[in-house]
Amino acid sequence: MRKELKFAFVQTIPVMLGYIFMGMAFGLLFQNAGYNFIWSFFTAVLVYAGSGQFLLVDMLQKHTGAVAALVLMLSVQCRHIFYGLTFIEEFKKMGKAYPYMIHALTDETYSLLWGTKIPEDLDFKRTRLLISVLDHSYWIAGCTLGALLGSLITFDVTGVDYAMTALFIVIFTEQWLGNKNHTPALIGAAAGVLFIVLLGGDKFLLPALAVSVGGLLINQKRDERKEKAENG
Amino acid sequence: MVDFKYSVMIILISAIATFFTRAFPFLLFGRKEPSKTVLYVGKYLPSAVIAILVVYCLLGSGFAVNTVLPKLIAGVIVVVLHVWKRNNLLSIGLGTVIYMALVQLVFV
Repeated sequence: MRKELKFAFVQTIPVMLGYIFMGMAFGLLFQNAGYNFIWSFFTAVLVYAGSGQFLLVDMLQKHTGAVAALVLMLSVQCRHIFYGLTFIEEFKKMGKAYPYMIHALTDETYSLLWGTKIPEDLDFKRTRLLISVLDHSYWIAGCTLGALLGSLITFDVTGVDYAMTALFIVIFTEQWLGNKNHTPALIGAAAGVLFIVLLGGDKFLLPALAVSVGGLLINQKRDERKEKAENG
Repeated sequence: MVDFKYSVMIILISAIATFFTRAFPFLLFGRKEPSKTVLYVGKYLPSAVIAILVVYCLLGSGFAVNTVLPKLIAGVIVVVLHVWKRNNLLSIGLGTVIYMALVQLVFV
């Protein structure tokens, strides 16, 4: 257990930096909207989503109705439906932790679970669970602390959230160096750049993901045809 | 004043909606053996998703030179450092410190 915890902790340090400070920004905002640290704590435990929780504060302040809130939240969180595809078989092996692993599948945890090579002498399932639990606890700590003492931070932490950008860049570099097949990464990059230029940062994620899935499907058909031609 | 019942309701709706989006592929494909196509997409999609997330982090807050340039400079340093040393924490730590220095001191 100790070896797994140590490994998981080191792997999640960048997420810790990002989540604590981003969580604090949320907690402070929530506090200013009239919701104290107890609200922040439970929101972080139950909702556990960056952009989703910022939307939540906005909805509470505008007194958005239940149905509208549901539709808005679903549309912001839609990108998640693509993440599970990678772990359908693997999460089944997680036993009792199966529903929790799904609940904890944020952008960052998804990237870490996929990008981290877990050494063979460690318990694979336990290490994966620890990565998810640690990330979640950083978020809970950040949100709660932000509500409690966010206004006390006086030193300038502008830019510390770049830790998560750097984490994604590192995982991208690793997969590029480790794979001969660069087509999926190029599809994603092209779709991402195209749609962010066309639609801007708020709206580009979903079309970029959908087009990438489309691109992968075309690519699969091409691979199959190639295989058939080679075999016969 | 905080409207307690209303707030709890909206928070629970947010939690359920979020969990539903995360559980969706598992509900759709989790029961039986997933098809070859689903497995193929599941296997190769992460490379595309990571690329999209990188694009989002670099360009998601607008295209102004003062916004994008420090992100790109730090990003190039992260890549070079990582190809050279292959040390996650070094690449991420140094990249973040350089970015913080850039936005706090240079691109103010």
